[in-house]
Amino acid sequence: MSEAVLASDGDRSPVVTVERGQRAVFCGLTSIVWLHRKIQDAFFLVVGSRTCAHLLQSAAGVMIFAEPRFATAILQDRDLAGMADCHEELDRVVEELLSRRPEIKTLFLVGSCPSEVIKLDLNNAAGRLQTRYDGRVRMVAYSGSGIETTFTQGEDKCLAELVAANSGRTDRESPALIIAGTLSDIVEDQFQRIFDDLGIGPIAFLPARSGDTMPIAGPHTRVLLAQPYLTETAQALKGQGAKLLNAPFPLGAEGTLLWLKAAADEFGVTDSLFNEVTAAPLARAKQAVGYQREKLRGKRIAFLPDSQLELPLARFLARECDMNVESITTPFHDPQIMASELTLFGDHPDMIEGGDLETRLDHVRQLRPDLTVCGMGIANPLEAEGLRSKWSIELIFSPIQGFDQAGDLAGLFSRPLSRAAQLEV
Amino acid sequence: MELSLWTYEGPPHVGAIRIANSMRGVHLLLHAPQGDSYADLLFTMIERDNHRPPVTYTTFQARDLGSDTAELVLNSIHAAVEKHKPQVLLVGDSCTAELIQDQPGSLATSCGLSVPVVPIEMLAYSRKENWGAGETFYSLVRGLLQSRVPAPGTEPAPRGGQPPSVNLLGPSSLGFRCRDDVREITQLLAQMGVRVNVCAPLNASPGDLLRLPDADANVCLYPEIAGPSCDWLQRNFKQPTIKTVPIGVGATREFLAEVAETLGIEYAPDATDSRLPWYSRSVDSTYLTGKRVFVFGDATHVVAAARIAHEELAFEVVGMGTYSREQARAVRTAATELGLKALISDDYLEVERVISELQPELVLGTQMERHIAKRLGVPCAVISTPAHVQDYPARYSPQMGFEGANVIFDSWVHPLMMGLEEHLLAMFRDDFEFNDSAQPSHLAAEGVAKRSENTAVNDSIHSEDADAAAELTWDLNAERELRKIPFFVRGKAKRNTEKFAADTGVSVINVNTLYEAKAHYSR
Repeated sequence: MSEAVLASDGDRSPVVTVERGQRAVFCGLTSIVWLHRKIQDAFFLVVGSRTCAHLLQSAAGVMIFAEPRFATAILQDRDLAGMADCHEELDRVVEELLSRRPEIKTLFLVGSCPSEVIKLDLNNAAGRLQTRYDGRVRMVAYSGSGIETTFTQGEDKCLAELVAANSGRTDRESPALIIAGTLSDIVEDQFQRIFDDLGIGPIAFLPARSGDTMPIAGPHTRVLLAQPYLTETAQALKGQGAKLLNAPFPLGAEGTLLWLKAAADEFGVTDSLFNEVTAAPLARAKQAVGYQREKLRGKRIAFLPDSQLELPLARFLARECDMNVESITTPFHDPQIMASELTLFGDHPDMIEGGDLETRLDHVRQLRPDLTVCGMGIANPLEAEGLRSKWSIELIFSPIQGFDQAGDLAGLFSRPLSRAAQLEV
Repeated sequence: MELSLWTYEGPPHVGAIRIANSMRGVHLLLHAPQGDSYADLLFTMIERDNHRPPVTYTTFQARDLGSDTAELVLNSIHAAVEKHKPQVLLVGDSCTAELIQDQPGSLATSCGLSVPVVPIEMLAYSRKENWGAGETFYSLVRGLLQSRVPAPGTEPAPRGGQPPSVNLLGPSSLGFRCRDDVREITQLLAQMGVRVNVCAPLNASPGDLLRLPDADANVCLYPEIAGPSCDWLQRNFKQPTIKTVPIGVGATREFLAEVAETLGIEYAPDATDSRLPWYSRSVDSTYLTGKRVFVFGDATHVVAAARIAHEELAFEVVGMGTYSREQARAVRTAATELGLKALISDDYLEVERVISELQPELVLGTQMERHIAKRLGVPCAVISTPAHVQDYPARYSPQMGFEGANVIFDSWVHPLMMGLEEHLLAMFRDDFEFNDSAQPSHLAAEGVAKRSENTAVNDSIHSEDADAAAELTWDLNAERELRKIPFFVRGKAKRNTEKFAADTGVSVINVNTLYEAKAHYSR
């Protein structure tokens, strides 16, 4: 069932093997958990089943807010049997929702596995509802279904749709630089200060904190990806004339430096200014990572598929923390977006794209690495087998990008090892 | 379509996974897309299981839909049987697979497997988790025992010389305190000389299910899960069902009496079996009298909790309800006995609205009500699923039996102010330390957070009544008087007074209005 494909045509290009089979990954709906915190005037309405609703609240864990800005329109027997018109029902639910939440400015209609299978056209629904709520609420439809997307790909679909929705708009100035991919507010603010100091601007973050201020790309816009899972978003931005800068991702001191350098070079920032701006935070980052490196050096690590952050994290841990990366499985591999990472990483193990759960678990059992990065459902079972684990969802929810988070990022990997070393029970 | 913000129950196939995960030697083949594997974390994170649940997800993708998903099902079935070597294979659909109608159950039964297959129909678009668990357990019991049902008219074989025995049915993975309830009830039965023949589904194997007919009776510990199975066993194997759920001192005594009567043995109640009665009668507990409680959760735990609250702690139950429509009747009946109308709803916001209207002093609920109560600044104890990781404690803490009653006394009273402390607080109301924002000393760690929550509650009371308050003002003396009312009832006093003022056309509230309102509402 495996097919080998070449990832890139560079000299040390690794073999990426596509492996099909049983998965244990979240679907794209899960990205709503962080997207709704980021886009503060948006509401995410999943059109799906009770499973979708249950997934969202299980993934959101204890993050129960007064009234969350996401919900599920749960399909029922009468919708499926054709006794109720799904579109009429959806209109009714949207009306109920918007009358209760008048402050909502953007409503995402999010497709799910069941809505895709019954071919419920949410784009059509968004168009119809847009006419009705024009000037008050912006309607955007995208799919987070698990038959098409895993975990972080949900954000890709969402952002790609936001970019497409802005197509042709000229009412606002296009920024010089778009930073694409959700980052914590604190990380955004840090990057904003650095770009200001470098004299690069105006810059804009995608997604913006409000639905109204999503950046509009233009022919002079440059794009830096802050997250590696944005294949379709990058395409959509390029489609509007923006230029995608090649860079590794801003994880670790080195990754952050090269990521900023790609923008600096593009905007003609002098080396002396670049060094002046980055010297202090770079030194801080190296120092902070250095403390953790002592604990991580020579430790063996394996990655099970989860977020598409696997390769950039492996690169950081290998190059800056001296860990031995022994196995990488990633849910989806985009050789173009990963080109700079692959070059930087150099000699690394071959990768699996997709992965069959039982085969991958057996592989980890055979390797017995010091640490396995894995999805939340698998972590305790691995621990019970005496294998230390790092649940990867924390790598999505915590601020890990940029110079001043590099030490924290390394700390996420050293903590399980320190804990295991300290426990006497 | 139904708009859902938070859901009390998962989909029915999560119930099926709970049954598979409860048992040994059972594997579930679930025809489902990749995202449905989130269910693993319910077990490994919330319940801290040390293994993945025994489930294989077929993981079909969009590109498979055009081709042959049935082929994928067959391959997954063979791979799962090969890898896990189950004694029984459960086969079912999740919600999306139900739509593509591959009939995985029929595929599995007709592909010549060496293991018995039990197909399950999960009705994802009309049913929910507890139903799915009950239905799956019933399918297993019936599937394995159907061929052994005695012919009509056959009398059960006499069990000469055997000690009396029962089956404990219903405890399951992700149930509420099931692990400890089973230990407690097994112990109590052993003291009466009654043996537990099989406990299922928790820790049972398919072979154990085959031994179910050997028992003299079935104990229906959790009707949500075991109801249909107990009925079927009663009809087909003439095993009586013991229906009293032993939660609380009174119910436990009744349960033991029902066991004794059903099995024809002696039971002599022992007045010192639980500490709850004495703790409840001791003077410190005087302060529990008439505490207003709101009870919400699954039917089994709500009915039991309402009875304990009323009869064993002398609380006042001001509202009760369940998210389970299937089990609503039992809750309605219990509510009627307390002069209440049960709230039957799985709409979290409606439950929140009712709680904030009733202004209880204690909420007994699920994980959801814990969040509601936290927001409203009301003490809360969790009594039912859905529950979170902290409700799967390391220590022995059953809900059932006499030890369960002790646990309940502690865990319901703990969030409240201790009696002596409440007394002192009333006495030294204006003392600089004993004031509104002083927290119970035994909850010191939460003091700071609680204080801001209390402020938030006052704020929300203000904003909620903003419309009414626009025309109403409090004069200085009335306001001072209001501050003297204990803070835990002050919100209610304020609302009542303002309502009374509005109804009687008073625009400036003075001390007299306050006490007239008090008299009006104390009727």
